[in-house]
Amino acid sequence: MRKVAVVGAGLTRFMRRAQETGPELAWLAASQALESCGLTLKDVGSVALGSAPDAFDGVHMKGEYLSPGAGGWGRPVIRPYAGGGTGVLMPIHAWFHVASGISDVCLVVAEEKMSTCHPHPQGAFITIFDNILERPLGPNLIWIFALEMRRYMETYGITKEDIARVSVKNKRNGLDHPSTHVAQEITVQDVLDSEVMVAPVNRLDISPASDGAAAIVMASEDVARRVTDKPVWIKGVGWNLDTAYWTNRDLAYPAYVERAARMAYKMAGITEPRKQINIVEPYDPFSYKELHHLEGLLLADKGEAPKITADGVTQRNGNMPVCPSGGLLGVGNPIAAAGLMKVAEIFWQLRGEAGARQVPGQPKIGLAQAWGDLMQVGTVAVMGID
Amino acid sequence: MRERTSPLPGTPLSDAAVHRGDALTQQWPTSLRYAWDTGVAMGRFLRELKNGRIIGRRCERCQRVLVPPRMFCERCFRPTDAWQYVEDSGTINTYSESYIRWDVSRVAEPILVAVIEIDGASSGGLMHLLGEVKPEDLRIGMKVKAAWALPEVRQGSILDIRYFKPL
Repeated sequence: MRKVAVVGAGLTRFMRRAQETGPELAWLAASQALESCGLTLKDVGSVALGSAPDAFDGVHMKGEYLSPGAGGWGRPVIRPYAGGGTGVLMPIHAWFHVASGISDVCLVVAEEKMSTCHPHPQGAFITIFDNILERPLGPNLIWIFALEMRRYMETYGITKEDIARVSVKNKRNGLDHPSTHVAQEITVQDVLDSEVMVAPVNRLDISPASDGAAAIVMASEDVARRVTDKPVWIKGVGWNLDTAYWTNRDLAYPAYVERAARMAYKMAGITEPRKQINIVEPYDPFSYKELHHLEGLLLADKGEAPKITADGVTQRNGNMPVCPSGGLLGVGNPIAAAGLMKVAEIFWQLRGEAGARQVPGQPKIGLAQAWGDLMQVGTVAVMGID
Repeated sequence: MRERTSPLPGTPLSDAAVHRGDALTQQWPTSLRYAWDTGVAMGRFLRELKNGRIIGRRCERCQRVLVPPRMFCERCFRPTDAWQYVEDSGTINTYSESYIRWDVSRVAEPILVAVIEIDGASSGGLMHLLGEVKPEDLRIGMKVKAAWALPEVRQGSILDIRYFKPL
């Protein structure tokens, strides 16, 4: 299989409501990503584009709807979909395209426009629940996270304060991100005092609904070495789906994230993840999910992610910076675009181009992870610069 | 949140701009309705709810009693073998108190929701509502029992169990 590198990236602002349409947002991100590495659409052999549930837009065939803004015509185009896990599933598919030799350059474009759905985009999520068993109960998406968060807290004796530290860190990190619409300096007490949505989840434990787009360019080794002297290699990819019967599985530990991580680590030759991985962008739509995912990624012992968070290990200047971008909590959550933003962040961090967000110590290996469907899919990409 | 400036493209749109008509919106209210066939496994499950009983399916290979029932075992990838009644009681695996409905409209009294491990089922079970209990009295591990709707109003729906209540 051929080596594959990320060679360019672009983002729009993340916004509560954007004037631009979905295809316009896709274009703004995709055109920047190409420009950043001096390529044009003529160089693009295939396109992987992504977006979360069509119900936000009220436009089915959303792949085709977005495709004009994503360079998606006259070439192979794919729209991989795994709900919130989509943001990292797209670069995994792009890796197939380039590693296999199907194309030398794959343009990866993620877009989300959640503000379209009224009265609130959260309402669209009811369509992901089991239509016979669960929808009659009138579930809100936050229910299942509150249920999972409580199970996680009680299993390991984790407090609300432990979890609130993630929101404080990520919202502060986000102040340095040009895409953000939700960054702010807050305290643990602010999180605890914010409105209770679905206990134990408070408003400041949750990322917002956002509009926005992200794009990266992935290329074969030949192209990568021609267009940049700082290619960021995809070292390993992994993804895994747990049972669709989510009430039948362990809610305290994301076993599917571990399986996805082990797959990616094996490909990347990672045998001691805590020593070898320098920087991490786990999926953080809710504050506890960052902790949950760090454990699933084997970067913290079970129930111990709150401790390394409290000890400062996960701060930007800590031993293992986590969500230096600000993540979904600190930048915003245009779902698929938020996941791809994490891949873009690892790209910029490993190249030393993250500006005010740059972590010290010249990281060599980074990891981006996303999570989704009805909380049972994990998608992982390990990236490196050697 | 204060309006931030950014070097990146994208045009944040304020509610005021939409109200003033600075940015045009096209509206399309939908009125689609769906009638889902409940299938073999869930069809029987719902019929049994109407009778005031919870039923699962047994897989003889992995020895699991599956609730919700399925006609195939997704692990062994073979047909399940037999119907098996389970109890209408169980244990709270996890719970929460929701101050919002599905559409994020606020409720004054919290909706209590839980994952309930049904007695007699192999692992886990169902998400359902809780009732006849104060939120502060809830705890993981609490034993609960189904509060059934009156037989004459049961419809073959998960709502034939109104909620679970402390045993």
